[in-house]
Amino acid sequence: MVNLIDIKGVTHAYRTKAGPLPVLRDLNIAVPEGEFCAVVGPSGCGKSTLTRLVAGLMKPDTGEVWLHGELVRSPRKTVGMAFQNPVLLEWRTILQNVILPLEIVAPGMPKAKKEARAMELLEMVGLAGFENKTPSQLSGGMRQRASLCRAIVHKPDVLIMDEPFGALDNFTREDLWQTMRDLRAKEPFTCVLITHDLRESVFLGDQVIVLSGRPATTQYVMDVALPADRTLDILYTPEVADMLHILRDQIRIAQGRDGAVH
Amino acid sequence: MDNLQKFAVPLGAILGFLLLWEGIVWANNWPNYVMASPSDLPAAYIRFWPLFLEMGWQTLWRTIAGLALAVVFGTFLGMMMGFSRIARDALYPLLVGFNAIPKATLVPVLALLFIGQHDFNTVLMAFLISFFPIAVSVGIGLSTLEPEYRDILRSLGASKITIFRKIALPKTLPEFFGALKVSVTLAFIGTNLVEIVSPHGRGLGALFKSGETNGDYPLMFAVLIALAFLGIVLYYGVVALEKTFAGWAERPAH
Repeated sequence: MVNLIDIKGVTHAYRTKAGPLPVLRDLNIAVPEGEFCAVVGPSGCGKSTLTRLVAGLMKPDTGEVWLHGELVRSPRKTVGMAFQNPVLLEWRTILQNVILPLEIVAPGMPKAKKEARAMELLEMVGLAGFENKTPSQLSGGMRQRASLCRAIVHKPDVLIMDEPFGALDNFTREDLWQTMRDLRAKEPFTCVLITHDLRESVFLGDQVIVLSGRPATTQYVMDVALPADRTLDILYTPEVADMLHILRDQIRIAQGRDGAVH
Repeated sequence: MDNLQKFAVPLGAILGFLLLWEGIVWANNWPNYVMASPSDLPAAYIRFWPLFLEMGWQTLWRTIAGLALAVVFGTFLGMMMGFSRIARDALYPLLVGFNAIPKATLVPVLALLFIGQHDFNTVLMAFLISFFPIAVSVGIGLSTLEPEYRDILRSLGASKITIFRKIALPKTLPEFFGALKVSVTLAFIGTNLVEIVSPHGRGLGALFKSGETNGDYPLMFAVLIALAFLGIVLYYGVVALEKTFAGWAERPAH
């Protein structure tokens, strides 16, 4: 079976004044179509570099990134991105913010159709009635919901998320996990989620990849054999507790090898 | 109530200022040829009203023309500095150095370069004195744009021009209007500098000069007040534009 995302032997270093700073070393990640891949690792290990590589925003020194059987050399229209900072445009309403990718990807699409598509998503994430508000009128959690809608409004093959829930409080974060789960049921997409929350990685992921400390390489891959319609309660089962335990141990190993993080 | 306050407070402040001025002149018992007082001004306005209209218009249109040039050129420079590190490194010392030159020293230079072109010289000076804040603020606004904003569109394969039009430009507008408010008053200074210094000038500056020559202090002060009035009018013109194009940046009051 062909993987939707195939990262093969990717090595990358940033050029700094103090010489090259290696961030990724022989990284291999494979994500089948429709799967949700959660990537965890110590802070500063190169996770964000990974998102930029998959999005085609930069090229690795060596190794290859494949999407849909095509080598990624430049940005593609079939990618959606969400960040820790929702980066909504303050001068646009929520509805107009969600429409933004369609203006780039499908400029010929009638406005009414764009808006209908955006409204459909806003309703799914519980933002119906807020479409004409501006971002500053919304709470942090609501802004992040809008940002998620914008990331998938053009039905991308791949959704890339870089710690999208990292700045939210715990309860809001759990709400958004469930929103994410429900969105996936209705809008199938392949997803790479960068996170440092192990519970999040298990709740959302079909597989969890632990990266080693910098330079990051694939240290451990866990298949999450849980039902797709999992609820928050599942996080309190012994089964999940064991998984979290294993992941925690892996993180400890990853940190130890770096030596800089305790 | 809110609207009443909006007008009543600034008007009250102006009235208070005029009273204070009148009071100081009265208390010191200064005669007219040392310091005019507000109560001397209406007579000066009545006497020279046609001149005020003509000269005021001269000053106003040349200031606006200079300002328009400053907006175009300043935005262009700002874009270069915002998008290119090399342009930033190259242009900053030049710009700062140029801005440090007292513009009065340029009046004779311009006067010799473009002899007799009074309108052109005046507009040019208004422009030279006012483009700097616009260039700097647009440059800073563009260069401090968070990379995520760019990435959202870049990852969809959007062109640089599209990213500029959809994100960088609107995001820089609040800084741009902040600079424009500074530039408005600077442009007035530039216009009047040429009007006052150059012989046979026109505009309110020339009217001031003739007041000075004739020892007509009420006229001189009447010109100053007229200039202040024009400055305020143009400033609120910019505020109105800002409300229209960058009103989103205003946070609701707490």
